[in-house]
Amino acid sequence: MTDQTQQAERVRRSLKRRYRKESRFRAYGMLAIAIALGALAVLFADIIGKGYAGFLKTTITLEVDLDPEVMYLDDPTDPKQVRMADFVAPLVAAADDALPGATEEDQDALRRLINPYASTELRAALEQNPEWMGTTRTMTFLAHSNVDVYVKHEDDAAYSIKLSEQQQAWVDDLVERGLVDTSFNDVFFTNGDSRDPAKAGVLGAIVGSLLTMIITLLLSFPIGVAAAIYLEEFAPRNKITDFIEVNINNLAAVPSIIFGLLGLAVFINLFGMPRSVPFVGGLVLTLMTLPTIIISSRAAIQSVPPSIREAAEGVGASKMQVVLHHVLPLALPGMMTGSIIGMAQALGETAPLLLIGMVAFIVDPPTGFFDASTVLPVQVFLWAGSPELAFIERASAAIMVLLAFLMSMNALAIWLRKRLERRW
Amino acid sequence: MQPANLLLLTIVLAMVAYGLGYARSRALAAPLGGVRHLKSLPGYYGVRAAVWCGLPALIILALWAVFEGKVIQMMVIGSLPADVVPDSAGEASLLMSRIQNVANGSLPPAMVDGPVAGAADLLKSLQAQSRTYMTGLVISVALLAGFLGWIRIRPRLNARKQVEAVLRGFFFTCAGVAILTTAGIVFSVAFETFRFFERVPFLEFFFGTSWSPQTALRTDQVAAEGAFGMVPLFTGTLLISAIALLVAVPVGLLSAIYLSEYANKHVRSVAKPLLEMLAGIPTVVYGFFAALTVAPFIADLAPAIGLEASSQSALAAGLVMGIMIIPFVSSLSDDVINAVPQTMRDGSLALGATQSETMVKVIFPAALPGIMGGILLAASRAIGETMIVVMAAGLAANLTANPLETVTTVTVQIVTLLTGDQEFDSAKTLAAFALGAMLFLSTLLLNVVALKIVRKYREQYD
Repeated sequence: MTDQTQQAERVRRSLKRRYRKESRFRAYGMLAIAIALGALAVLFADIIGKGYAGFLKTTITLEVDLDPEVMYLDDPTDPKQVRMADFVAPLVAAADDALPGATEEDQDALRRLINPYASTELRAALEQNPEWMGTTRTMTFLAHSNVDVYVKHEDDAAYSIKLSEQQQAWVDDLVERGLVDTSFNDVFFTNGDSRDPAKAGVLGAIVGSLLTMIITLLLSFPIGVAAAIYLEEFAPRNKITDFIEVNINNLAAVPSIIFGLLGLAVFINLFGMPRSVPFVGGLVLTLMTLPTIIISSRAAIQSVPPSIREAAEGVGASKMQVVLHHVLPLALPGMMTGSIIGMAQALGETAPLLLIGMVAFIVDPPTGFFDASTVLPVQVFLWAGSPELAFIERASAAIMVLLAFLMSMNALAIWLRKRLERRW
Repeated sequence: MQPANLLLLTIVLAMVAYGLGYARSRALAAPLGGVRHLKSLPGYYGVRAAVWCGLPALIILALWAVFEGKVIQMMVIGSLPADVVPDSAGEASLLMSRIQNVANGSLPPAMVDGPVAGAADLLKSLQAQSRTYMTGLVISVALLAGFLGWIRIRPRLNARKQVEAVLRGFFFTCAGVAILTTAGIVFSVAFETFRFFERVPFLEFFFGTSWSPQTALRTDQVAAEGAFGMVPLFTGTLLISAIALLVAVPVGLLSAIYLSEYANKHVRSVAKPLLEMLAGIPTVVYGFFAALTVAPFIADLAPAIGLEASSQSALAAGLVMGIMIIPFVSSLSDDVINAVPQTMRDGSLALGATQSETMVKVIFPAALPGIMGGILLAASRAIGETMIVVMAAGLAANLTANPLETVTTVTVQIVTLLTGDQEFDSAKTLAAFALGAMLFLSTLLLNVVALKIVRKYREQYD
């Protein structure tokens, strides 16, 4: 009797400690979730904080005096003259005029306020409008990338190191007078890559990604669905089927870079296909996403209730008719959901594409499946490796574009599942 | 004709064959008293005719397109006089690209030697010939086979069975792509790996502690291109993966426990998709985050506590990789924890154990094998992860266990060795394939073991 009361007493005394332990355990769990979600939040905040400025461009408005004497050019329609003409001098002169304090020795510093491609733009404008020669026109040019980052991050000293004190003063002056302006960066969406960050855009990478995804979708969806149908509906229980299943499960977990090695050794070296092209990229990504699509398509087929099959068989349909006329249409929404998720994976994939040479510097957007091109994630990789802050900004902005694509694909998958998938 | 146009033409021909087959079956059925006297529906006769017309032609077209380049290249190289025939595969591809440049006009013929210019002419004529033959062959096969298929349509013929057999064959072939892929991986890495071991001794690769594929260390070495000891690469990989697992396992496991045992429906429905979002973010984004935010942060922080950190520390790459694999650990653990029968929970709680005691002493031991399987899968993910380490870990192969120093990994070296200019024959390039083989084998082993554990465990409670 005393034994029992003693024991009860011991339990009661230990209760407080045990409850403390309980709440501590609970707190650990909450902490773990907080860490994981916190990391997600920090990641997004970091990307957005670094990249929002990539969606802004800085322009300089100048009064350009198109003096034939300064430019050594009388007739802009004469290609020979145009080749010899000086399109930089009027720009520098215009900047000089806009900044009264500048002297002769500042020519170089002045030139480096304006985008190096501004002279090309001026030339193109003159070739189109030869009558401008000899007049003074108000023109707007992209600013130099150093000015660009300086204007966008005035309060951060790290972004001004590339400009001299004098240049900073000039830019401040121009900003005050409203001649330097920041606006939405349309260049970023209409240009391919460039050596100059202010002129660099993601259009080429987006088109490259699109072409690669078209190949991937065209190949992986039919092949994946057909393989899933075979395995679920027709495969006899034998060694070959088992072997196929083992292979699919293992391929789903093979590191993606191994698929790059496969592409390099088989598609490029053995079959002699060209490097850096969306076609080969699509082939490699197809092999990589196939296991995902097969596995999700099989799940979709499994979720079609046997009563449907039995009813079709009952009225005399052949096995193939049961599958094609009844099971497949009912399983299709699930298959599409799985495929979209697989495509999203493929869209974000970088490593295998590095090995098949899709890291080239491509200025013009590709026009076909056999044009050298790059893709969005690889473009991010290329820009992120650049020491220039302006490129880092572009890389973050490109990441945001990439994430926007991925999120809309996933949203589409969720919508499809909600909308079309039937619960039996 | 271009292969793409030819493909379109073949498809059009097959469609025409479908129409003709359909019409013929109906025409044959009419005197018998209607379609019901046919063995199959008219559509099946149409499809059968289309298959006869299109399938052989498409197979020929595909094979031709795949092997055309290689065969022409061999013929061109074979035509060269003996003194300019390249002796290595690297030189051959260099020469071939010169010949191609001359042939497509980007290099004027005057700039190259006589034989090369001659070879360029040969290449051009061979390419033109090949196109002509291909077009002729594909079209004639399509027409001939289509005609045969069409003429042999009889009312007694069971076209449906034949069409279904072809479809079944197509489905089987598609399923077989998985086997082909695995075979492709094995052959591509195995073949180059054997060639690698012809140049670099086996023992040096597996036990050498210095890795510097760029510079010649010993002139008497067979390859004379550097040192190929993979020990520092594997220790680097293991160091970064270990850091990643140290982050991911506790965080992932505890999140899974909290979400499955404590959290109410609302928290669960918000937190779970958010956690899974971590798995959907492209690795290049994590790499960017690691290289440009976490690594500088650590390098700045370390001196404050009296340590010195490299700007490309293993710690940064490992931490970020850990964040990336949290969802792998958490969703797999979630599955196995939920698979533990409710009766075990109820029994433990009825005896007066608190929820945490139930969790730690009853459910966790029961779920342990499944959780171990999940951790092994996460480890294989970490070992094979490429972009984070390419961007955030260094290139220097240091043999160290200090997480603040720079290490390099197997995947980083594969990417570095295979991007940019390469000759396909150097030990350097082959080394990348040897590393790939090691990576493939080790992840395969981890996956097989993990899947086995997970499966075995599942059977216990089913």
